[in-house]
Amino acid sequence: MKKSISLRGFSAYRLWSQLPRIEVSRLPDVVMFGAALALFYGVLIVGRSWFGPFTPTVEISRNVRALPVYAGYSLLRITIAYGLSLIFTLVYGYVAAYNARAERFMIPLLDVLQSIPVLSFLPPVTLAMVGLFPGRQLGVECAAILLIFTGQVWNMTFSFYASLKSIPSEMREAAAIYRFSWWQRFIQMELPFSAIGLVWNSMMSVAGGWFALMVCEMFVLGDRDFRLPGLGSYLQTAASAGDTSSIIWGVATMILVIVLLDQFVWRPVIAWAEKFKFEQVESTSAPQSWVYNILQHSHGLARLRAKTLQPLGENLLLLFARKREKNVPQAPVPWRDWLVRLIGVAVLVAIGYTVVRVTMILSGLQRAELHEAALGLGATFLRVNLALLIGTLWTVPAGVAIGFNPRLARIAQPLAQIAASVPATALLPIILLVLIRLGGGLGLAAIVVLLLGTQWYVLFNVIAGAMAIPTDLKECCEVFGLRGFERWKKLILPGIFPYLVTGLVTASGGAWNVSIVAEYFRFKGQIYTTTGLGATISQATDRGNYDLLLAATMMMAATVVTINRLVWRKLYGLAETRFRLEA
Amino acid sequence: MSTEPIIEARAIEKSYPQPDGSTRIQVVGLMDFSIETGKIIALLGASGCGKSTLLRILSGLSQPTSGALFWHGKPLNGQTPNVAIVFQSFALFPWLTVLENVEAPLEARGIEAVERRKRALRTLDTVGLDGFETAYPKELSGGMKQRVGFARALVVEPEVLFMDEPFSALDVLTAENLRGELLELWLSKKMPTSAIFIVTHNIEEAVMLADRIVVLGRNPARIRSDINVRLLHPRDRKSPRFIELVDYIYKVMTEPDVEHAPPDAESTGEVVLPAGGLKRREPPVRSAKYQVLPHARVAGIAGLLELLHDRGGREDLFRLSEDLVMDVEDLLPILEACQLLGFAWLKEGDVQVSKAGAEFAEADIQTRKVLFRKAALENVTILKQIDSVLKRKSDHAIEEDFFRDILDEHFSEEEVQRQFDTAMNWGRYAEIFDYDRESGRLVQSEAAASEAARAETAISQNHSPTSTPDA
Repeated sequence: MKKSISLRGFSAYRLWSQLPRIEVSRLPDVVMFGAALALFYGVLIVGRSWFGPFTPTVEISRNVRALPVYAGYSLLRITIAYGLSLIFTLVYGYVAAYNARAERFMIPLLDVLQSIPVLSFLPPVTLAMVGLFPGRQLGVECAAILLIFTGQVWNMTFSFYASLKSIPSEMREAAAIYRFSWWQRFIQMELPFSAIGLVWNSMMSVAGGWFALMVCEMFVLGDRDFRLPGLGSYLQTAASAGDTSSIIWGVATMILVIVLLDQFVWRPVIAWAEKFKFEQVESTSAPQSWVYNILQHSHGLARLRAKTLQPLGENLLLLFARKREKNVPQAPVPWRDWLVRLIGVAVLVAIGYTVVRVTMILSGLQRAELHEAALGLGATFLRVNLALLIGTLWTVPAGVAIGFNPRLARIAQPLAQIAASVPATALLPIILLVLIRLGGGLGLAAIVVLLLGTQWYVLFNVIAGAMAIPTDLKECCEVFGLRGFERWKKLILPGIFPYLVTGLVTASGGAWNVSIVAEYFRFKGQIYTTTGLGATISQATDRGNYDLLLAATMMMAATVVTINRLVWRKLYGLAETRFRLEA
Repeated sequence: MSTEPIIEARAIEKSYPQPDGSTRIQVVGLMDFSIETGKIIALLGASGCGKSTLLRILSGLSQPTSGALFWHGKPLNGQTPNVAIVFQSFALFPWLTVLENVEAPLEARGIEAVERRKRALRTLDTVGLDGFETAYPKELSGGMKQRVGFARALVVEPEVLFMDEPFSALDVLTAENLRGELLELWLSKKMPTSAIFIVTHNIEEAVMLADRIVVLGRNPARIRSDINVRLLHPRDRKSPRFIELVDYIYKVMTEPDVEHAPPDAESTGEVVLPAGGLKRREPPVRSAKYQVLPHARVAGIAGLLELLHDRGGREDLFRLSEDLVMDVEDLLPILEACQLLGFAWLKEGDVQVSKAGAEFAEADIQTRKVLFRKAALENVTILKQIDSVLKRKSDHAIEEDFFRDILDEHFSEEEVQRQFDTAMNWGRYAEIFDYDRESGRLVQSEAAASEAARAETAISQNHSPTSTPDA
């Protein structure tokens, strides 16, 4: 409302509100028109490339002028993968939330799937896709997109499922008593209710997409070499050649794309999603986006919406409503039951067969390989936890300092956000460059990369936690003269604990995934590697040793799931009960 | 007025299976219920007695475990009848504007946009919301939100309007205002509904609005009393007849086992089913039940006893609740707890503090604990059990789950938690045990332990005590 404008927090775009009103201007429409033209041209270019014949060795140019096109290709892959993730999320989450029997299997399965590193999906997905579209570039493209998909989808699905499960019962009852059709319930209740969670998780997922990009645009699979034009392959090629200026150009382009994406996609979406906040009272500071303001004021867009989207939505709503009104509840059809049972049995048989095959493969593995993988597991375990420890040690004081000081937060938070959105994998070449010059090896570089990949989650959460500590508690500490160590022990650490745990859970999962890239890297024509499970997985992929890949992946997934169950879930429980700041 | 009921429930009953699957907990006991045309029916009962469950069965939202629902005499299987519900939490969609919220039920019925808009605006006008069409619910106050809730319910022209404690989430003045407007709409026939069914725990609200009041008992929900209200509108809260009826219902709710003098049938209210009469006609629904702890905290019990003691030890219940501005829902558990502990008893709508109660009210903090422990160990089954188990065990400690399992066999999942919480509150205050939430263990508290040890050494000089209590 009116008075809240002055209360709104800092926003770089506040100046926009000082500018003359844009409602009367035609500028937004011109921009829209330009955007449509650009889109059309893009589709043309991509079509030509994708449906062209398969060129086994695409030359990746290191020319700076190739960068915009490469960035475009990479962005497109991420976008398509994201679209697929969204569809998967909606279907999987919906079924899991409403079918109690399916839920029991689907949620643990999701837990395991999300702990499998992206790279482990690489061989099966690639081989399947290339086999599906032989002789076309499309096969490799599909493989890359699917791999990015596996890096994006799981947290979104979890979020959607959790949202569906937490819709208040009275709201559900309102939908039932007012006879909402399936579609209306979805559009007016379920989707809006889960919107905010989905948006934030989408942001995280797309960031994860950039990470996966580095791996799956260019890889060696046994004796075959797959390459796709894109930012990831550009950076890899530059790194292999040791071309410092190209690496810097590449990273700069990536950062630029990420910042643009933030401004033109995420900020507007977050500003728009604000209306789906499930709150009883209006909050004083709403997120702002200048792009969103322009879009809202575009006449052309408004007219377009009135002509297309609104009638479409209306018709769909009425269609489903009338169908539902006519529908008298009918007895369940027996053949459908049998079909479900049949599918269930088929799935069980397939699982059984896979288990048998896997045991056969694993028993065929050499003892030395397993020994190496086990050793690697230990090394990676130490490395991951060391990175978490270092990350926590610096982010906690820094985060608390930022959180307690609003002025500092205004400056530091946007900077940290940009820093966090740059995938650690893209920075790896630069780090290696520096470390090798200083005389360190990959062993050290791996920890730095893990740190870069994971510390941000912790930092953001600590900042949020420090901000959430109530002022009266802080004042209470002052009154009782609690200072220094005592203040940390009595107030700050317990206060940020739930947030810290949340950050660490995400960071820990992410760190295991990053280890694959961090422990094995091609640089200046030679392979840098260090002992670790991630290195084992990368190596197995490179050499086409799928049996070892399978074993190592299972080890990693099992470790991550076990750690989650044994450590994080317990800490989470503690955070939920003992360290919760209740109003 | 004998007309055909709109909704008739015959021999309905609702129960849930326990998590372990062995037993079922009955929430709504076997009963018949009908909603007749032209009446406001109020369903009264203490919290957690199954009022809301009954509302959900009658509105077709949830299926009874057994029995059947008839809609104008025809069996209703599966389809939703033309009813609407006004919810306690409003249950509006925060991302839709006021107008969109009201239009949503019409969209669900496949009504065209123009007609929809027309009807929605008309209804918003009726409930006094014109000018707020484009506002979002979060911009509105609680009272305005509930108006949107009313509009959304009325827009479908429901035959029966169900209301689930519609005024509970509002402040006293707003609630009074809305109640008055609801009554006015109903009496002037501006409402497109044939009957209203309102669930409430506020006796005055029920007497103010209803043509028929049904009092529900709990564990499981069963009809305790059924009263046809004969008071004329507008009803005056201060009139003796109004007070007489409120008083009567108070007595029925607090002392269900005693027969009370009914109010004047012609002018005030005709008691169709008197509270006392129930017992003779049908046997108790279940016998040999586990003791139910009323959900009252020690602080509330102590506060009430002090107050009563100050006022000479005896007070009229209705006056008490008025003076305290407490709903019967909040007051009842405290009264029950006082009775259970032997600190007070009820008689003809009055509450009388017992000797033990007076002693408690006068005592200092430490003595109170001793008195409370004595009363609790004499009267409260679960605390007795905990105490004896702790005394018998060599380490004087036990997992909380042991007692949760006992409660599990008698109560529903939520009720187990509430029973447990109450028992913990009482037991810790009485220093019967310490409860460590982290580990989920009950440990005999030092006070109880030293007492036990003393008793042990006094009785058997020969035996050495199994463990020495910490100093």
